[in-house]
Amino acid sequence: MQTHKYDVVIVGAGGAGMRAALESSTRVRTAVLTKLYPTRSHTGAAQGGMCAALANVEEDNWEWHTFDTVKGGDYLVDQDAAEVMCREAIDAVIDLEKMGLPFNRTPEGKIDQRRFGGHTRNHGEAAVRRSCFAADRTGHMILQTLYQNCIKQGVEFYNEFYVLDLLLTDGPDGVQRTSGVVAYELATGEIHIFQAKSVVFATGGTGKVFKTTSNAHTLTGDGMGVVFRRGLPLEDMEFFQFHPTGLAGLGILLSEAARGEGGILRNADGERFMERYAPTIKDLAPRDIVARSMANEVREGRGAGPNKDYVLLDLTHLEPAHIDAKLPDITEFARTYLGVEPYTEPVPVYPTAHYAMGGVPTNVEAEVLRNNTDVVPGLYAAGEVACVSVHGSNRLGTNSLLDINVFGRRAGIAAAEYAATADWVDLPEAPEALVVGMVESIRSRSTGERVADLRRELQETMDRNVQVFRTEASMKEALGVIDELKERYANVVVQDKGKRYNTDLLEAVELGFLIELAEVITLGALARKESRGGHFREDYEARDDVNFMRHTMAYRAPVTEVDNGPRFADEVRLDYKPVTVTRYQPMERKY
Amino acid sequence: MTATVEENTEAKPGAVPTFEVTLRIERYNPEVDDAPHFEDYRVTVHGTDRVLDALHQIKWDQDGSLSFRRSCAHGVCGSDAMRINGKNRLACKTLVKDVNPGKPITVEPIKGLPVEKDLIVDMEPFFQAYRDVMPFLVTTGNEPTRERLQSQEDRERFDDTTKCILCAACTTSCPVFWNDGQYFGPQAIVGAHRFIFDSRDDGAAQRLEILNDKEGVWRCRTTFNCTDACPRGIQVTKAIQEVKRALLTNKF
Ligand SMILES: Cc1cc2nc3c(=O)[nH]c(=O)nc-3n(C[C@H](O)[C@H](O)[C@H](O)COP(=O)(O)OP(=O)(O)OC[C@H]3O[C@@H](n4cnc5c(N)ncnc54)[C@H](O)[C@@H]3O)c2cc1C
Ligand code: SF4
Ligand code: FES
Repeated sequence: MQTHKYDVVIVGAGGAGMRAALESSTRVRTAVLTKLYPTRSHTGAAQGGMCAALANVEEDNWEWHTFDTVKGGDYLVDQDAAEVMCREAIDAVIDLEKMGLPFNRTPEGKIDQRRFGGHTRNHGEAAVRRSCFAADRTGHMILQTLYQNCIKQGVEFYNEFYVLDLLLTDGPDGVQRTSGVVAYELATGEIHIFQAKSVVFATGGTGKVFKTTSNAHTLTGDGMGVVFRRGLPLEDMEFFQFHPTGLAGLGILLSEAARGEGGILRNADGERFMERYAPTIKDLAPRDIVARSMANEVREGRGAGPNKDYVLLDLTHLEPAHIDAKLPDITEFARTYLGVEPYTEPVPVYPTAHYAMGGVPTNVEAEVLRNNTDVVPGLYAAGEVACVSVHGSNRLGTNSLLDINVFGRRAGIAAAEYAATADWVDLPEAPEALVVGMVESIRSRSTGERVADLRRELQETMDRNVQVFRTEASMKEALGVIDELKERYANVVVQDKGKRYNTDLLEAVELGFLIELAEVITLGALARKESRGGHFREDYEARDDVNFMRHTMAYRAPVTEVDNGPRFADEVRLDYKPVTVTRYQPMERKY
Repeated sequence: MTATVEENTEAKPGAVPTFEVTLRIERYNPEVDDAPHFEDYRVTVHGTDRVLDALHQIKWDQDGSLSFRRSCAHGVCGSDAMRINGKNRLACKTLVKDVNPGKPITVEPIKGLPVEKDLIVDMEPFFQAYRDVMPFLVTTGNEPTRERLQSQEDRERFDDTTKCILCAACTTSCPVFWNDGQYFGPQAIVGAHRFIFDSRDDGAAQRLEILNDKEGVWRCRTTFNCTDACPRGIQVTKAIQEVKRALLTNKF
């Protein structure tokens, strides 16, 4: 076991983590721990763009952007946070340009902008060109640019280090303070203790709870799981975004930019069905509405294909040259994976689990909350792992690349400033115990069930029961399966017993987080007897502002038994937190 | 498709067929093995399955100790470059049906970097070469308050090399790199090209000096392996040629 000491430890090297590192590392001694090489992070998969009211191509302002964000999130957005994000968006884009990001340009050489779902001029009048982009690989360029600047600044990375526990130490005032994290080194199997004054979680999302997802295999919600097991809350986990256009059967994403550039969704009869569901902005309605409309077309028998189980994204009326210039990567996905030529054939698509609106609750300074009002000193979170909440119950396209830059930067500054003046906090006793218990109990087991079998069952039940349409019955069914999986997880076995690059073992650990989070998602969804944004209850189709315009806060008692890994012993307790409303009163969300 | 691919007779029209294949995978775990060896695995795959799906099937259902890197599963993160039937490819961007599945499909780690375990190699020397070419924007003078302007033509000039995902398929397909681990390799030159030809950048002279080194661009013998290997379709050899020309003419 090795021990390291840094002022700030950042967990995760996607957009949020590296943006934080660029701030923190110029101020105090900083380390970035990441389970993937930084450039492998899933920020690199983001396609469409990053919104900011630059007004480079038409009139726009950040207040309109704020309104769209609040409305798009179906009024569950904390409006003070949305204001911060949309106001700072402009600098966030300009900062990236200065760091070297190769944005597409207007004829005058300014950053070009295009339309994106839910972004409008003057409070919903018409679609506005607000998304800044680099072809359809905006996330790739953001990830590369941030990494390049980390190289320039000499940021210290620990690559392929899996953070599996957060260390909190009881203070004299009875309040727990952050004292570090525990990491597992993939190459050697060694356990490392990182003592730190501040810790920033930037571990991304948890799409692998579902079977059909646009998320990477590695997006297993580790950060959320680690924090939750230490007794800290998770907010609004029931809100998961299903992106309308995943490649059918695969879940690989085709960006909304395809519709922004003029693509049209059609059912088996060739009908442009979005005209029925969202007469004004049609195919560019927010994602939850489009995804449900698609699922409904399929349910009512108007799906295309041999099993009538998908709809079609039609780009055939666009000029091939335009497609090549604006959508080169995603059209190549259609060719590579489905053998479909988008110039001449419509592409089979179906909703895919895409984005976790919920996560570790923070305030606008990126400080992690331990209840509705108090923070955990020294603990920060930013990016998809966090819930500020700027996305409410449904994130608008392009607002996550924005979120990671704005709140990643804020987290880096806040963490460094705190560390610059705070005293060191002693490590708790036997800081490695939980992680050692977790990995060794799995490694040493000689018989039991396979990780992959449990994971498959989990993902299948989540797709079947907790996806675009939810009912009390479907969710109870899912909870039944999850309960069983919790027990069976105590018996998972891995074949690889070695120390070196034991990905078998780590998949088992990741499965533990997935099961944990699936339960929180489903319990939150079951308790929320209304439909709002990404959460749609067939048994409660209306939004209910009287009872449910509030955030869900889920808690579980902190893990105490450490020898055998997580036990999922205690019940999840649900509580609620008020939504911050500044200037927009809830209205019906019509497009 | 090859003759061994059997159409599933019960499938509806337009449905995807399934078939059986053998993967012949190079295995090596220095904790227990003296030397690398091949092992065969039989799996049933769908017509739309990637080699990565086949590897996952093996890992998840047959032998959990098989080790490889992967993340995005659709060719954008650069984790899973490997030698498939002797050619460098991304396992997640290669469909099984396209690699002659009638015969055993060989899967080996990329060449020229130390093998850590099975298909996992030590990527550090590769990333070090990238870091050595100053792969970041270098500017002089005062910062403008808004964005820097760049014409659409100037932006287009270096578009191709911005696509790189650092997968190392090019560098580890290069015979010069295999024989001389000191050579920067094609990726580092691609990484430098992306900035040398960016109109906003002022660091080209320094970068060219680095690449003019004895282990720099002049080692390239224009074998085009790198261009063939690149899963992002980057014209790697052309980029190298442009860097060589910039060194000779001092124009960029
Ligand atoms: C296909 C796709 C397209 C998208 N397109 C857009 C778009 O056009 N616009 C937009 O705004 N948003 C888009 N999004 C959403 C957006 O890309 C993500 O929400 C965002 O990039 C998340 O960034 P992040 O930094 O929070 O996490 P990530 O980039 O996922 O990074 C997570 C990091 O955490 C590390 N990590 C995870 N677990 C651990 C652990 N246990 N220990 C150590 N490190 C760990 C990983 O190594 C990684 O470095 C898209 C998402 C997808 C999937
Ligand atoms: S140039 Fe192509 S092959 Fe080489 S590292 Fe980049 S993406 Fe991979
Ligand atoms: S897994 Fe990301 S490129 Fe293959």
